[in-house]
Amino acid sequence: MLFDWAFAFEILPVMAKAALVTLQATIVGYALALAIGLAMALARRSRRRWIALPVGETVEFIRSTPLLVQIYFLYFVGPQFGLALSAWQAGLAALGLHYGTYVSEVYRAGLDGVPRGQWEAAAALNLSRYRTYRDIILPQAIPPIVPGLGNYLIGIFKETPLLSVIAIIELLARAKLIGSETFRYVEPITLTGAFFLVMSLAAAALVRLAERRLRIR
Amino acid sequence: MVKFDAVVKRYGGLVVLDGLDLEVAAGERVAIIGPSGSGKTTVLRVLMTLEPIDGGIIHVDGEPLTHMARNGRLVPADERHLRRLRGRIGMVFQHFNLFPHMTALENCMEAPLHVLGLSRAEARERAAGLLEMVGLGDKRDAYPGALSGGQQQRVAIARALAMRPKVMLFDEVTSALDPELVGEVLQVIRRLGEEHGLTMLMVTHQIAFAREFAHRVCFFDAGRIAEQGPPDRILVEPEHPRTRQFLSAVLESH
Repeated sequence: MLFDWAFAFEILPVMAKAALVTLQATIVGYALALAIGLAMALARRSRRRWIALPVGETVEFIRSTPLLVQIYFLYFVGPQFGLALSAWQAGLAALGLHYGTYVSEVYRAGLDGVPRGQWEAAAALNLSRYRTYRDIILPQAIPPIVPGLGNYLIGIFKETPLLSVIAIIELLARAKLIGSETFRYVEPITLTGAFFLVMSLAAAALVRLAERRLRIR
Repeated sequence: MVKFDAVVKRYGGLVVLDGLDLEVAAGERVAIIGPSGSGKTTVLRVLMTLEPIDGGIIHVDGEPLTHMARNGRLVPADERHLRRLRGRIGMVFQHFNLFPHMTALENCMEAPLHVLGLSRAEARERAAGLLEMVGLGDKRDAYPGALSGGQQQRVAIARALAMRPKVMLFDEVTSALDPELVGEVLQVIRRLGEEHGLTMLMVTHQIAFAREFAHRVCFFDAGRIAEQGPPDRILVEPEHPRTRQFLSAVLESH
């Protein structure tokens, strides 16, 4: 028998628990990416060149090196520089930083899309730079880029198996463990794919919903 | 109230303001006319500190605006100095520049709340009163997208007035409007001048309005004032050939 349904049901609860780990890594990683990305995008627009330039270079650097290398680097090389992170801390930091750079480009497009007249009106009303961003610019910059931001939620989600290399037992790592213990790989790996598919579809639906609600306003 | 002293503004190699001297008294209404590219809008933009100047100095209400005193010398103003003095000036733009995600009332409350530090109730009362004054009391909860151009521009005027500026700048405020909406905006500006005695600088192509409303007309050409004086003289019997040429071109198109 190629696919043993009974075995599949037997490992389902363990796999579901691992799916929760994947979900957790996705949500926390994405929240970090959104925050870090916004900070990067704003820093790159700063009038102070000593802030804008180094941040810009760092963004380019992170974007052009692989996420897997960054995960290894933070976890295994970090301690040698006094940066001892747990597997979770290192993994989430890598996800947040790496995807933060991509997300910052999306923010940038949104910020560039706000007409210059809005900045001038804010300046003429004597609003501070913080108020201008908070009340005038960001509320106009973000709705159009929600689809772009949402794509990276799904992107991060699909990259979480990389965390298995630093011993975070998410879906794929759990499947491999079950495989090596029972010598059956078909069911756990298939279930991994199924979990990813279902959660991807749910996330895509969520992004579409957010998009539609923003369009109505 | 406002004093430009040998002000120079360049864009790259292009000289837009070429040593401009201009003094505006408190309560005076000055209309600025001239061909496009003559620097007339730039006068308002540098006075609003939307752009830095490259030479000279601007004073507002007896204090240097573009510069500040440090160790007995005048140095270019920093952001803090600008934020302190900018509140004396309000500006209305050609394309309104209302905040599209806020209602008319919220547009008028934003700066009083967060710059002047008014309470929500005070800011609301002030904004509602001003919207009433510009004839839009019933539109306070409308978003800009639901308003006509003339209505949007009147909200923009109310928004600027909510900061209680001493000087109001109007930058071609009727140029983007359909002809039948121009009157309602000019009506509001007229009332501001007549009932409140605000100091005003307006860049305009509405020659007829400038003639009856302004105390003084300045004709700009190539970054300088080519000719200025009472509207009845400048607009009716100008001396400068460029002024004559410009006026006949403008009047012909109307």
